[in-house]
Amino acid sequence: MAAQTQAQFYAALKKYYSFYTGGFIAFVIVLAILEQLGLPAVWIGYIFLAATIALYAGIGIMSKTGEVAEYYVAGRRVPALFNGMATGADWMSAASFIGMAGTLYAAGYDGLAFVMGWTGGYVLVALFLAPYLRKFGQFTIPDFLGARYGGNLPRLIGVFAAILVSFVYVVAQIYGVGLITSRFTGLEFQIGVFVGLVGILVCSFLGGMRAVTWTQVAQYIILIIAYLIPVVWLSVKHTGNPIPQIAYGQAIQAVTAKEKELNDPATALGAAEASVRAIHKEKQAEWEGKLKMLDEAIAAGTAGDILAAERAKVEQKLADLKADPNAEAKAIADAEKAVKEFPPTVDKLREAWKKSADGAKAKAGPVPAHTTAFPGKGAEKKLLQDNPNATPEEIAKARAEDEKESDIKRRNFLALVFCLMVGTAALPHILMRYYTTPSVREARISVFWSLFFIFLLYFTAPALAVLAKYEVYHNLVGSSFAALPAWVANWAAVDSTLMKIVDMNKDGLVQLAEITIGPDLIVLATPEIAGLPYVISGMVAAGGLAAALSTADGLLLTISNALSHDVYYKMIDPNAPTTRRLAVSKGLLLVVALLAAYTASLKPGDILFLVGAAFSLAASAFFPALVLGVFWKRANQLGAVIGMLAGLGVCMYYMYTTYDFFGGVAANQWWDIKPIAAGIFGVPIGFLGVILGSLLTRAPAKDIQELVDHVRYPSLEGDIETRAA
Amino acid sequence: MQLTDRHREYWRRNLRLTGILLAIWFVATYVVSYFARELNEIVIAGFPLGFYMGAQGALIIYVVIIWFYARSMNKMDREYGVHEGED
Repeated sequence: MAAQTQAQFYAALKKYYSFYTGGFIAFVIVLAILEQLGLPAVWIGYIFLAATIALYAGIGIMSKTGEVAEYYVAGRRVPALFNGMATGADWMSAASFIGMAGTLYAAGYDGLAFVMGWTGGYVLVALFLAPYLRKFGQFTIPDFLGARYGGNLPRLIGVFAAILVSFVYVVAQIYGVGLITSRFTGLEFQIGVFVGLVGILVCSFLGGMRAVTWTQVAQYIILIIAYLIPVVWLSVKHTGNPIPQIAYGQAIQAVTAKEKELNDPATALGAAEASVRAIHKEKQAEWEGKLKMLDEAIAAGTAGDILAAERAKVEQKLADLKADPNAEAKAIADAEKAVKEFPPTVDKLREAWKKSADGAKAKAGPVPAHTTAFPGKGAEKKLLQDNPNATPEEIAKARAEDEKESDIKRRNFLALVFCLMVGTAALPHILMRYYTTPSVREARISVFWSLFFIFLLYFTAPALAVLAKYEVYHNLVGSSFAALPAWVANWAAVDSTLMKIVDMNKDGLVQLAEITIGPDLIVLATPEIAGLPYVISGMVAAGGLAAALSTADGLLLTISNALSHDVYYKMIDPNAPTTRRLAVSKGLLLVVALLAAYTASLKPGDILFLVGAAFSLAASAFFPALVLGVFWKRANQLGAVIGMLAGLGVCMYYMYTTYDFFGGVAANQWWDIKPIAAGIFGVPIGFLGVILGSLLTRAPAKDIQELVDHVRYPSLEGDIETRAA
Repeated sequence: MQLTDRHREYWRRNLRLTGILLAIWFVATYVVSYFARELNEIVIAGFPLGFYMGAQGALIIYVVIIWFYARSMNKMDREYGVHEGED
């Protein structure tokens, strides 16, 4: 390999991965034929799981290495195109692959904050970070902070922030792996988590960055094929156009027209909807009454009795069903689940009831318009409906209320986009990837390829959301309960959190307000909605698994590198021999992976919020110090320390005081900004901290200023050398 | 290591390019989203414009920005003789 030039290496890679892609498609075709011959669905699930994990393991074992530069940065010879694919897989997690389209389905325009935020951040990576970090050319992000600002303190803060951010994120990935594995093979969730853990470890354990890079490329290819095929098929089915991104304009028009019809009680469909909404309204009142009673009991200190009484009710129901010889097996299973998952504390009970009340409230209202940006409360509309003779003052008041709500939504949307973008440009596991290209030149091109490959998925997701909505509004709403489409019946039977459908007004027809769709359903059910065979569903699951595994690999490596390279090698034992450095790194990787898997197996509830929070935290901690480190020579150690601590501190403080998980309340919010967008305060404070701290103390020494020049120019005569071997 | 005037000029031009591209990024993201309600009144090929920009338009602009930056800077490296040796 050593004698190979970069061009030969590139050509060989292209050949390998073309064969690989062909092989994967052939594998899917063979399975499809086997399915036609009668291979049961559960076997297809097992084969996909086993085959893809074996494949990643194979690449991992082939790439095992004992060299430091290979282990940490894949030998710095990953061509731009392949680094782009690897970054794409590294970047797109289970949330992007499975959750994104569902979020867009549910939230319409407001969900686009994620689409823009998670792509626009690469502009910042390209303009401010990737080429400069590549020129600097060491192993980790704390490396840069340590060298640029001097001393161990900036490095240590960097290590702390990198671990905080990455650990939260990796737990979410392993959680995703557990979900996918258990859903498609029928294994227990906890077992699924540990199967996934094996899949993650086989890639990163032996070969570090080198193995992770080449597996991530393989994982990208699987995940993008798995995402695009069902959407293209769906697009052809509904519009006759194989390019969903263009075709869904028609679908948007149809969906918007349908929304109007569903919200208009004068039409047949609208009248049926209104009758279901009335039932939801009653339920909402019922739940709110119960909540009020519970709150009074909490105040009086007797809430424990209510909890006990409620638990007794659930247990009684199970006992009754078990005693009844005619009871259906499914009813018993549901009752057993209700007992098993009964809220253990008063707080949890309140949470569950609040959720039911909110759910009923949402369903009692009109269908939100998919493309409307920042919708208001609908106060004006409601007023005119309730009281057609409202005075102009009343109307003006309601309108002002709507506008206020709409402005708050817009503010939060913009703040969230900002945090996601800056956070993207500050996540260590992404930035680290730009150390692996052969040159600054390739690093720049590589950011382009990264975003291009990410773009392929993200710009398809909004199309998928609309096409799925089209299907639900046109083919499901108004159909008969006696003849539900197959995919609806299948998913409703498998998992009621993903698909629940009940004939509430007993008219035998499906109304929109009678359907509950979990956000993950959209991607998982697309193959069935499009009428594709089960093998495609298996492929989508394999794609989701690839997305989660690849992200988890990158994150685990970031954490173990921060500990082994930055803490152990740079701070504790700078004379450690190579073999010991790698042994420490691999040992830590194992420990961190087990810890993350254990945390995931506890099913921490607020995992999604925590992932969102990771972006704000990373943005506030890293972005100001990294960018000013390159663009402002005057920035010095004290500035970096103050900036990073202040940014991170403000961000954590804001989350702590406003997010209910930590006991915070919404009343503490500043300008009504939600806790997930805390970075909107943390980032400016971080910049301010770096600037003030730097101006208070002396300019950095000459060698640091030379380091800045060094990273600014891809090549300089008489240049210093910072590259780590 | 001594920086020449040409080196300084290279850096100034880099900053200018970075600034311009950042301004485009800002407009495509924040200004367009800010006026999304108003832009949605315009419908092109079935797409309300505000929605389209968020779902697709902005993404295309980002990809083009990064492509253009990589191309311009790689060219400028050669022009100012600060490019890396061939591998």
